[in-house]
Amino acid sequence: MLAALLAAACVLLVALPFLKEPSPASDSLHELDEAERRRLERLEARDRALAALKELEFDHRTGTISDEDYRTLVGPLRREVAAALQALEADAGSPADGTAGEGRPSGGRTS
Amino acid sequence: MSELGRAALLVTLGLSVYALVAGVAAARLGRRRLALSAQNALLAAFVSTAVASAVLLAALLRHDFSFTYVARTTSEELPTAYTISAFWGGQEGSLLLWLLVLTGFGAAAVRLNRSWARDLVVWVVPVFAAVTVFFAFLVVAVASPFATQPAPPDGAGMTPSLQNPYMLAHPPLLYLGYVGLTVPFAFALGALLSGRTDERWLVATRRWTLVAWTALGVGQLLGAHWAYVEVGWGGYYAWDPVENAALMPWLAATAFLHSVMIQEKRGMLRIWNVLLVFLAFSLSLFGTFLTRSGVVNSIHAFTQSSIGPWFLAFIAVTVAVSVAVLLRRLPLLRSRARLESPLSREAAFLYNNLLLLALCLAILWGVVYPLLSEAVRGEAVVLGRSYYDFFLRAFGLPLLLLMGIGPLIAWRRASLASLATTFRWPTAFALATGAVLLALGAGSSLPGLVAYTFSAFVAATIVLEFARGTAARKALGATSWPGAFFSLIARNRRRYGGYVVHAAIVLLAVGIAGSSAFDSVGEATLRPGETLEVGRYALTYRSLDERQTANATELRALLSVRRGGRDLGTLEAGKNAYTVEQQVSNEVGIRSDRLTGEDLFVIAEQIDPDGTVSFRVFVKPLVNLIWLAGLVFVLGSLIALWPDAREQRRLAERATSLGLTTSR
Repeated sequence: MLAALLAAACVLLVALPFLKEPSPASDSLHELDEAERRRLERLEARDRALAALKELEFDHRTGTISDEDYRTLVGPLRREVAAALQALEADAGSPADGTAGEGRPSGGRTS
Repeated sequence: MSELGRAALLVTLGLSVYALVAGVAAARLGRRRLALSAQNALLAAFVSTAVASAVLLAALLRHDFSFTYVARTTSEELPTAYTISAFWGGQEGSLLLWLLVLTGFGAAAVRLNRSWARDLVVWVVPVFAAVTVFFAFLVVAVASPFATQPAPPDGAGMTPSLQNPYMLAHPPLLYLGYVGLTVPFAFALGALLSGRTDERWLVATRRWTLVAWTALGVGQLLGAHWAYVEVGWGGYYAWDPVENAALMPWLAATAFLHSVMIQEKRGMLRIWNVLLVFLAFSLSLFGTFLTRSGVVNSIHAFTQSSIGPWFLAFIAVTVAVSVAVLLRRLPLLRSRARLESPLSREAAFLYNNLLLLALCLAILWGVVYPLLSEAVRGEAVVLGRSYYDFFLRAFGLPLLLLMGIGPLIAWRRASLASLATTFRWPTAFALATGAVLLALGAGSSLPGLVAYTFSAFVAATIVLEFARGTAARKALGATSWPGAFFSLIARNRRRYGGYVVHAAIVLLAVGIAGSSAFDSVGEATLRPGETLEVGRYALTYRSLDERQTANATELRALLSVRRGGRDLGTLEAGKNAYTVEQQVSNEVGIRSDRLTGEDLFVIAEQIDPDGTVSFRVFVKPLVNLIWLAGLVFVLGSLIALWPDAREQRRLAERATSLGLTTSR
């Protein structure tokens, strides 16, 4: 009896998505298209570059990174951040972009 | 009740098969409701496994010896705590616990990540389900915990060495670790299958990997302490195949936790990271196979069983599928970034990875060599302690040094001049420490001296990092020094939590070096009144005491202990004779010095009827640092695990901007 109840409850749980939406407007999964994938890559590249710049600034402030190493590294990193932001801005008018100003850096402070 | 247990496991198997089939169909056909249904099936599988677990636990607590498993692993006299631990003390029960954790982790990992990585999770579900099908099949068809028999008047009881408080936590923690490695595996394979090889699978699994890694690490330390206080041979790690079985996936996961940072920071090592995840999971399966198949003789192993071939087949299928999918998706994983300099943080992490992997493979070879030699030559040739110690020194000491170097080098490239500036104080401190220790006589063991010196170097770099970081945060506006310190940690939990874990490894290294390279041993057969001297200790055997407990007769030799003329009190060592189990265990006497971390460790190896006792005594300097390392390790892991609100916001922003969170 208990086993039958358990089985019934499990079947109910499994069938729930179909019971809640017997005839949905759309039953397809949201798959990222090529433009969205590119945008995701660029968002990741932007966050990666910003995080790297932020870490470099802090490590330089603490003295973990010497002045010499800092001067060598900061230029290319800033260019990388700028390139990532530009790439996102270039995407701004494309259909994949749903929100204006998404290319704005998040967490871009360096302290 | 056994029928309910069996039925619940059948339901779990059915749900897992459904989650696998429906999950694959949903992912291939792009069906949303079917995908949700498959996810619910994983959750339902957890519920039905929990019901089966409750049935077994109830049978154990009721001493229902009509359950073969209960009769084989417990007895009426067994204390309640150990009756509960019998759940995982035998083959079938531990497989059920494994399944419970697996379905629980699977349901939770899918639920927590499906809002922002839905397209990835769709493929993760069938991978999880495939692993669940295997374990559910085992407990349904091969090793059922719900087999029944005519109830005997009493059970066979529990092996005495398992009647120890550590057994309440050590095995479950190892299972959490082993099973936890399924999460990164499922997400990595899911990412490859779906072609979503962006950063999300890493973000989704980082904390799960850290949880699994922490549980494996703490589980091993508890196991080491159990061996130390219970097994009674005077050590804590014997390079036993089953001990190694837990160490290997831990080493692979350690490598992954470091190399994942290179992928996050530089977008490099994407193939390598997937390989490490596959390796860690495969090694966790291999470890399970070693423990449960009966192919190795170990105090930790279960008895001979029929599940070995099933495990071997599953490992083979896992490796074959993983490699095939990886090869198919190689073009997606190629990295655009390159290693810019051998003097950079990513290079240091890469060296760390290679050393970790080399150590892992050396241990793997040590484990499989006896099996291979037996298969080929008909005689098992066991590689002894010297084999493992050699590789621990060859790879472990450079690893220890790298632990201090890596975090202080710049990403991308660093100049030699700046390295000289960065490391001048830690190097000076390490050399001074080495010189002082040499003067104090630590040169009797060169590896021990090197370990101490490298540990001093790493400790200095950690202190320096915290000091500089705190000063920088104070300069940036923190109101107080404690405020600056906590703000430093809170703003980069992974980094500073990682340093705390490094501090734990330093304590571990110092503890291992001290207790193994600089220990003292003494042996003597004494009559009451006679004295044995070991190191600075003098132990006088006073008398023999016998007492009766609920399930054993305890025989104890009482020794008075003096050091440097000062009375340190009494120490007991002896044996327990277990009535039901008809077994005898060694009960060692340990006196710990909290100030120096040193242990006086006494084994009563043989107790003769005339009251004469053969003692074996160890003095183990700094051994308690090993157990302290466990606490520091947990603290560091908790800091690193603590959720980062800014990262969550960033991920949510990404998902929202791509429309991944808008529908159900």
